[in-house]
Amino acid sequence: MSQHDVRRQIVGRGIPLHGHDIDTDRIMPARYLKSVTFEGLEHHIFKDDRQQAPDHPFNQPHYRGATILVVGRNFGSGSSREHAPEGLRRWGIQGIVGESFAEIFFGNCTALGLPCLAVSADDAAWLREAVARQPGQEMLLHVEDRSVRVGERTLQAHIPDYARHQLLTGTWNTMGVLLEAGDDIERLAKSLPYVTGH
Amino acid sequence: MATTLLDKVWDAHTVRTLPSGQTQLFFGLHLIHEVTSPQAFQMLREAGLRVRFPDRTVATIDHIVPTASQVRPFRDALAEEMTAHLVRNCKEFGIPLFDLDSGRQGIVHVIGPELGLSQPGMTIACGDSHTSTHGALGALAFGIGTSQVRDVLATQCLAMTKPKLRQIRVEGTLARGVYAKDVILTVIQQLGVKGGVGYAYEYAGTAVEAMTMEERLTICNMSIEGGARVGYVNPDTTTFAYLRGRPLAPKGEAFDRAVAWWTSMSTEAGATFDDLFRLDAEAIEPVVTWGINPGQSVGVGQRIPDPSDAPQAERPAWAEALAFMSFQPGRPIAGTPIDVAFIGSCTNARLSDLRAAAEVARGRKVANGVRALVVPGSQAVAKAAEDEGLHEVFLEAGFEWRKAGCSLCLGMNEDKLTGREICASSSNRNFKGRQGSPTGRTLLMSPAMVAAAAVAGEVTDIRRMLR
Repeated sequence: MSQHDVRRQIVGRGIPLHGHDIDTDRIMPARYLKSVTFEGLEHHIFKDDRQQAPDHPFNQPHYRGATILVVGRNFGSGSSREHAPEGLRRWGIQGIVGESFAEIFFGNCTALGLPCLAVSADDAAWLREAVARQPGQEMLLHVEDRSVRVGERTLQAHIPDYARHQLLTGTWNTMGVLLEAGDDIERLAKSLPYVTGH
Repeated sequence: MATTLLDKVWDAHTVRTLPSGQTQLFFGLHLIHEVTSPQAFQMLREAGLRVRFPDRTVATIDHIVPTASQVRPFRDALAEEMTAHLVRNCKEFGIPLFDLDSGRQGIVHVIGPELGLSQPGMTIACGDSHTSTHGALGALAFGIGTSQVRDVLATQCLAMTKPKLRQIRVEGTLARGVYAKDVILTVIQQLGVKGGVGYAYEYAGTAVEAMTMEERLTICNMSIEGGARVGYVNPDTTTFAYLRGRPLAPKGEAFDRAVAWWTSMSTEAGATFDDLFRLDAEAIEPVVTWGINPGQSVGVGQRIPDPSDAPQAERPAWAEALAFMSFQPGRPIAGTPIDVAFIGSCTNARLSDLRAAAEVARGRKVANGVRALVVPGSQAVAKAAEDEGLHEVFLEAGFEWRKAGCSLCLGMNEDKLTGREICASSSNRNFKGRQGSPTGRTLLMSPAMVAAAAVAGEVTDIRRMLR
């Protein structure tokens, strides 16, 4: 189950999203979870927000082709639906930078090889403004260096060691590494009183 | 050194340290449902793998089931397809399924505890963020995504980072008309919707110790709304009494041995925490949300807040929430008219919740123009409620009495808001569009408060209606 690719850095244009605590119900409304596959989720990203706000960034042609989502605080809160990061990924997002991320969402993104880098509140606000001002400019999420570069500026970014390791070694699909434990899994199970029947 | 339940359960389930620095953690129970599992089964098939521990995996169907009629095939073709897939996957991989004809079907977080599947000292995973619910039994229960569902199916393990631990001590006695729901909404209001990110919450203190298991389930259920993926209560005599005699709990002498082990897994006196938060139970009043996340709430006697009073960083969020809700700052939250009343969800659809709501509904009528529904959390809850005549109380008052499922909590089945409707809801999320209408509005509150709102046609202080 090893990946052939790694995620050392993501280069591309940004798309800024204003607001905090944007939950996964808003990223991917529940009605689009009624499927046994993840096919086509890219068409439903922020569906309701986009309908209510015609100037939503995901409606604007000049952000088409953007690969880096720039967000605020506690992005991806709420439901554990992996349909949210799957939809973003299929839309074309390859990395996210923001002030902070909800925990399950962060893990789901990492599991898909989608790096989420955190920067300070001031830097996150500045980034959103900078991208909105100059949508065409290229930015760089540097997973290895833990930094974000836009124009002349380099911002310090945070990513937990484990996520950085998985992204740099192409091991974000954790099933492979978990399988490597082999019989140790059964041995651990047998050490638990509730597994052996108390 | 005195250790915590988090430490002990974590250590007992640690298989090894992974190259990433994370822990390979074994999961004693994997609960699955129709929404977040089909893609995981497909990935398993593509990898040519079997389910590693089918006997430690349990399935039910809850999110997409209709609650008016559950006769199959469902009218909704997509719901029918998802159900058929779950049935087929469980059959192919040898996983027990509590299906609609089992008498044991229900919301996954209701049936786990009530069947005695969820037990102290366990690690539990489920592809649903409200898995934190099961922590009420003294388990470490994690909500997970679909890639992780795949991992657990294939290995019964996850790559996990151990959370920090915050103890939340609620001391004192709750006033009449104040429920577990009000306690957890107050915790989230005070610590914020992201205050718990990176933490597990250990709930303690005299108010928590005095709570029934069903009340503790409500508290732990909404840990994730405060950002904490895991919430738990140390197992005690209340826990053991709750588990005794449950269909899938240990029996006879095995039960006594289990109690000894469960007791040994509790946090020890003198243990230290990464953080401590204290809450005075007496100061808590019935809570109602006014915004678009579960932290945006006030006491029912208070006014809708003004964004200019918010901390600087919160002002735009408050303004956005008020604009979405079309609420005027400064107006009392009581008196807000409602269109729909929903009693249900993994937060508040257990027997004690229905009793509290029925106590309010008894001898009263749902206000004109209000659509009110009661959706029991499981088939077992429905039966117990019917055995004591609660369904008749609700039906006489003008509530609909439905079949078990997630229902109006999340807009994935036939139960949905329409247009700008305002719903008084005993569920857990007031996010924009959460209840199935993109512009629908949700006011979270306790089941008794929902019943009071249904009867009055507007948000009402339950304390004035209790006999």
